[in-house]
Amino acid sequence: MAKIIYITHDNQKHEVEVQNGLTVMEGAVQNDIPGIDADCGGGMACATCHVYVKEDWFNKIPKKEDGEEDMLDMAFEPKTNSRLSCQIVVSDEIDGLEVNIPSKQA
Amino acid sequence: MITTDALIIGAGPTGLFTAHQLKLIGLNCEVVDNLDKIGGQCIELYPDKPIYDIPAVPECTGEELTNNLIKQLKPFDIKFHLNERVDEVKKENDNWIVKTSNNKSFYTPNVIIAGGVGSFEPRKFSPKECEKFENKSLFYSVKNKNIFTGKTVSIFGGGDSALDWAVELSKECNVNLIHRRDEFRGAQATIDKVHQLAKDGKINLFTKYQMASVKGNQNLEAIDIKHDNNEVKHLNTDYVLGFFGLIMQLGPIANWGLNIDKKTIEVDTEKFETNQKGIYAVGDICNYPGKLKLILSGFHEGALAARACFKLARPNEKYRFEFTTSSKTIKERLGVKGD
Repeated sequence: MAKIIYITHDNQKHEVEVQNGLTVMEGAVQNDIPGIDADCGGGMACATCHVYVKEDWFNKIPKKEDGEEDMLDMAFEPKTNSRLSCQIVVSDEIDGLEVNIPSKQA
Repeated sequence: MITTDALIIGAGPTGLFTAHQLKLIGLNCEVVDNLDKIGGQCIELYPDKPIYDIPAVPECTGEELTNNLIKQLKPFDIKFHLNERVDEVKKENDNWIVKTSNNKSFYTPNVIIAGGVGSFEPRKFSPKECEKFENKSLFYSVKNKNIFTGKTVSIFGGGDSALDWAVELSKECNVNLIHRRDEFRGAQATIDKVHQLAKDGKINLFTKYQMASVKGNQNLEAIDIKHDNNEVKHLNTDYVLGFFGLIMQLGPIANWGLNIDKKTIEVDTEKFETNQKGIYAVGDICNYPGKLKLILSGFHEGALAARACFKLARPNEKYRFEFTTSSKTIKERLGVKGD
């Protein structure tokens, strides 16, 4: 289990415990956290689970694999700390991870 | 007005196999899709990605799956209405009147929604004021390239559409190409060409920039673009093109009086019928206890919805279950010889 902190666009903080092995996207969807659409269901094919990873966490979590950066081109207002939450797998190492959810996904 | 036994909304794998099932049991159908091609998410989102969980097909790509489904429909005459979005559904007696964005009307007792996650629409620029210029001087696709001749065109995006148009328009116009990072994701030959044209001064390349704002009253006059380091550049421009791919939107389906929860439509698991008689939902767009968003589930759901359609399309006939291996009638429909 790891605590993931989702901060929605209206600055609401949602702290949830997410099982290891799930993705940060699944953690949001299963806990009804608004702002993550995840239209393609985690296939890295839609860029609607886009989040901003808090700076100090960005370099600690596993790096982007091929294709994620391409998909981020399609995201709504991507920044240098943008990630697709379906590609961040939850583990003990990311306990306390903070992500900001953009104002919308498209 | 087109009269049909069933209208399928969505030409993805589920819609295609549902059409097959309808034709197999002797019903006719028409298919509407907002994309310009058949295949839905398989063809639009992952044509080259391998799929490993189609029964009896160890591995195939989204495009191969689509092509095989089209091949399976070859014995049948099915009309596809592409580039059209279904906008309105109205009840008339025991039938539905369905209207599309292209002003086509269908009259049918059965409407099967196989819409995936909705219809594909272009992703748009984020600044709100961009809407003011949309389809006048700001576009998400090119319908007539001649309007750009001799003008300044600012193209946003890093994929094949953005690169191809940058190359093409650089012959007749002053082109700015703006992308959020240094790397492009188009075909290598096109990327090389863009870099060459940039070197020759035929394309003004701005990387690590994104749209910040658009300026102008009646007509678009200029744009501000912002670098990752927050530096802002002001560019005079006559036209703006944005190529950020497509996004799926539920669209008008949301207003049809169906029970919708989290972008999916509630159905029963006998007929895959919604709360409206004669409207069914199958594939990724439907929801019921235990629903799996797999292509194979869509096939099953379509097969059952097709049988339910029979009752409403042929109220005076009795549906008889038959196997394709042994039924003479089905073989005739498929145009294959019996043994």
